[in-house]
Amino acid sequence: MTHSPEDTWTLGGRTLRSRLIVGTGKYKDAEETRAALAASGAEIVTVALRRVDLKQKDNLLSWIDTSRYTLLPNTAGCYTADEAVRTLRLARELGIADLVKLEVIGDPKTLYPDNEETLKAAKILLDEGFVVLPYCTADPIVCRKLEALGCAAVMPLAAPIGSGLGIRDRHTLRLIVEQARVPVIVDAGVGTASDATVAMELGVDAVLMNTAIAKAQRPALMAEAMRDGIVAGRKAFLAGRMRAVPYANASSPTAGLIE
Amino acid sequence: MYLPTVPAILLNGEPHELAPDAAERTITRLLDTLGLKPQQVAVERNREIVPRASYPETTLEDGDQLEIVTFVGGG
Repeated sequence: MTHSPEDTWTLGGRTLRSRLIVGTGKYKDAEETRAALAASGAEIVTVALRRVDLKQKDNLLSWIDTSRYTLLPNTAGCYTADEAVRTLRLARELGIADLVKLEVIGDPKTLYPDNEETLKAAKILLDEGFVVLPYCTADPIVCRKLEALGCAAVMPLAAPIGSGLGIRDRHTLRLIVEQARVPVIVDAGVGTASDATVAMELGVDAVLMNTAIAKAQRPALMAEAMRDGIVAGRKAFLAGRMRAVPYANASSPTAGLIE
Repeated sequence: MYLPTVPAILLNGEPHELAPDAAERTITRLLDTLGLKPQQVAVERNREIVPRASYPETTLEDGDQLEIVTFVGGG
């Protein structure tokens, strides 16, 4: 992965400055969502596709600033490739760009992805010209297969969706980062700002999160913390951390001590 | 039960009566009645996407299954 002096990154042909992608679910209301999105500095925000609620006139598209945020439709709640493809075809009809978050769930309790169905759906969507960002398990082989199909990124989970358990398996994420030739986006599991920092220190390109911000006591403040945590982790990754050693190594000179 | 003389569709899984006059049964007309903006929804009729440009000339038939979807908050 190459980085310009401003440290931008590229996703599906878009040049981005923010390495934080945020969801728009689980907020109290539109105002709380808007404030958190603004504080996060995100340029891409995820949305879900659902039947219109005829009683609810406050449509997301009427208050979200689509000139500021690229909407990334997801396939949350889809358990088969067919459902996911159907959902994203409808999402495209809503006039949003070709960028889509593919998630095919395999189990309601863990919300772990069904990688087999995800690969199947990715193939169909790529053939139809979608720019596919797939949510997947943190498995280097699945990531390699998704990349080989032509996905614009891979999005391994760090812990179950909405769990806030943090980065459970740094080693495997690191293996995925080392082999990937497309952006790696940690999708799901972050609970607080240090988790986002840890992910970025591993060298991933971005982090996608929703619950960690939406379910904080003060979502907008947490969004800001996440933004800062992402920046700190990115800088630490670029800086290259010191080697860890088992024993102390004095920082002050050992010579010239008074006697 | 619906009387056979009243044309009805399944709108997002719920029965919805149509206007008796076929000219009043376009998707454009339906969205207007429901207070929905065409640019904020996508429509599937009998599992086939109806392009937005076709809403004015797409006339709904008795028994049609219609899905009208939009974006909501999600992760």
